[in-house]
Amino acid sequence: MEKIKSLEDLKNLRDKAKETLRTRSGDVKVTIFASMGTVGIAAGAREVLKMIISELEKRNFSDVEIIEGGSLGLDVEEPVLTIERAGTKITYGKVTPEMAKQIVIQHVINGQPIGEYVIARSKK
Amino acid sequence: MKIFRTHALVCSGAQCLSAGGNNFKDALSAEINSAGLQDEVQIVETGCMGSCEMGPMMVVYPEGTVYIKLVPSDAAEIVKEHFLKGRPVKRLMWNASGKEFPTLSEIPFFAKQTKLVLRNCGIINPENIEEYIANDGYLALGKVLTSMKPQEVVDEIKKSGLRGRGGAGFLTGLKWGYVASQQSGDKYVICNADEGDPGAYMDRSVLESDPHTLLEGMIIAGYAVGAIKGYIYVRAEYPLAVKRVALALKHARAFGLLGSNILNSGFSFDIAIRMGAGAFVCGEETALINSIEGKRGEPRKKPPYPSTAGLFDKPTLINNVETFANVPVIIHKGAQFFKKIGTATSPGTKVFSLAGKVNTTGLIEVPLGITLREIVFDIGGGIPEGHSFKGALIGGPSGGVVPAEHLDIAIDYESLDSIGTIMGSGGLIIMDETSCMVDIAKFFLKFTVEESCGKCTPCREGTPQMLKILQRITSGEGMPGDIENLERTGRIISRTSLCGLGQSASNPVLSTIRFFKNEYESHINEKKCPSSVCDMKPKAMENKNGKKIRVRKIA
Ligand SMILES: Cc1cc2nc3c(=O)[nH]c(=O)nc-3n(C[C@H](O)[C@H](O)[C@H](O)COP(=O)(O)O)c2cc1C
Repeated sequence: MEKIKSLEDLKNLRDKAKETLRTRSGDVKVTIFASMGTVGIAAGAREVLKMIISELEKRNFSDVEIIEGGSLGLDVEEPVLTIERAGTKITYGKVTPEMAKQIVIQHVINGQPIGEYVIARSKK
Repeated sequence: MKIFRTHALVCSGAQCLSAGGNNFKDALSAEINSAGLQDEVQIVETGCMGSCEMGPMMVVYPEGTVYIKLVPSDAAEIVKEHFLKGRPVKRLMWNASGKEFPTLSEIPFFAKQTKLVLRNCGIINPENIEEYIANDGYLALGKVLTSMKPQEVVDEIKKSGLRGRGGAGFLTGLKWGYVASQQSGDKYVICNADEGDPGAYMDRSVLESDPHTLLEGMIIAGYAVGAIKGYIYVRAEYPLAVKRVALALKHARAFGLLGSNILNSGFSFDIAIRMGAGAFVCGEETALINSIEGKRGEPRKKPPYPSTAGLFDKPTLINNVETFANVPVIIHKGAQFFKKIGTATSPGTKVFSLAGKVNTTGLIEVPLGITLREIVFDIGGGIPEGHSFKGALIGGPSGGVVPAEHLDIAIDYESLDSIGTIMGSGGLIIMDETSCMVDIAKFFLKFTVEESCGKCTPCREGTPQMLKILQRITSGEGMPGDIENLERTGRIISRTSLCGLGQSASNPVLSTIRFFKNEYESHINEKKCPSSVCDMKPKAMENKNGKKIRVRKIA
């Protein structure tokens, strides 16, 4: 470890380290709800989840929490993914890993929902 | 950067470990691996979360789900249901106030607490300095070294009104000022982590759960008073604490936060650990200093006080673990912030180890000025098994009892003093009507008799005489005049002993006589122990409803 040489360096290190602890603070910009019921998993929800994590990691975006939930009852639409950002919840259906990747880039990080995949929308 | 969607914080405080926490963690880790979740779920070993009775404990984020009393065989279910499918395992969760999925802040035990000293405990990994830094750790040190003169640091601590948490409640800023004003090249800072009060473990928890907060406080103190070196005096019975502090020292040095030329400021300061053999008297500051010097752990005559001639006869600042742990908060957030918590003359918080006859025992941090009732009934969840509150012992072997009629007393230095007890270092033992006050007094006096170092006569010879009388009373052989004899002897010992150990040894006896004289009298006159604890064995007591009360001995 390189020694910290100034208050600035210390603050930079703090900001970097804070990112890794965000999950414990509940203070995040985006919440991703992944439906992980039996049907969801059978339909490929695990692969979708893995893709989301690796994409977030690749793009260094940690202002997010991922909450696994049970099924919404929309079995025909599984895997179902809901993104909550700026008070609006948007739900996507029949999500594939490739779609998940686009959702992370466009919606989670840049705030642009992908209309063609949306199956439901609600205000908080 | 590695992102984990789920953080599983497993309590690795000594209590949870001894309750089998390690085995659970190993099992959890194995299950996570076999489910292929090792890149998604991170296990974090934290220090004590406080509610030790519920251990081994785990909190899972981002949901904040609280799991309690975990055994290795629970791991598979948690991984399969919660981590894989997002369905928290209800049967293992803290069942609180009818909430289906309570988080920490919704559990009454935690809701009424204010965490300054324990702010990181159970939330960060104590063996990872970066997690401490992430929560603004060492920023106070950075602020002090880059923008404050030593005198300004002393002034800020003075302004905060912080009082020593080791027992006596001496004003910390005043003490720092004394040491700072000494003209000597070699000054020392000592952290008193001896923690000899039986049943108390506040300091151990800080050392185990957040060692860097202590180091930061000590380094700031070293800068403020102009010291070159610090010592942490900790008992060898705290192996996990010693290990984590040693690791923290190593990391702090590697990061340039300890050692020479800290943060390129030109200020150099290092800290070493000294282990004690666990004698109660070695918590007394001058005996502690003797012990560090390699001498017999016996107290010195005061004056000179450590602030003028302490360790190696040099000016020495000695403070308690919790006192130091408050320092980074005061510097970082300002004296004004600190003073908003607590009362005007007792600002801030106090950590207590809540034990005895309450539903939820554990480690709590409360704002000073809180009432005893709130601690016992709101935080502790009341008295178990339908019994009623009889009294609270506060301050351990140097303290006294708060009886039920003072249940609404504010827990601050002045209020406790006004009824003849002390704040102490944080031992808080709750008693119900099955506890015998004479027996409790005997228990603590026996402790001080054993721990008296023998240097001064009143303590060495006087306390065994008091113990003899108490033994007589509790075995049905008490005599008229015993109470007066105890009071007189106790007062003489208090006035004539060399150090605080003897000076406060009779407190538990005098205080229980003051509030529970009738119990002493029934032991002596009627040869009866009203709580059926003492060996005189009267018939089991009946309460109002005619229910037999189980005879319980103090643990
Ligand atoms: C018998 C005896 C035992 C003590 N044990 C401790 C102890 O374990 N920890 C502690 O911090 N102070 C203990 N003290 C108080 C110390 O002498 C000293 O007042 C304290 O460390 C000062 O720190 P503070 O101003 O931060 O409270 C003890 C005092 C006596 C008389």
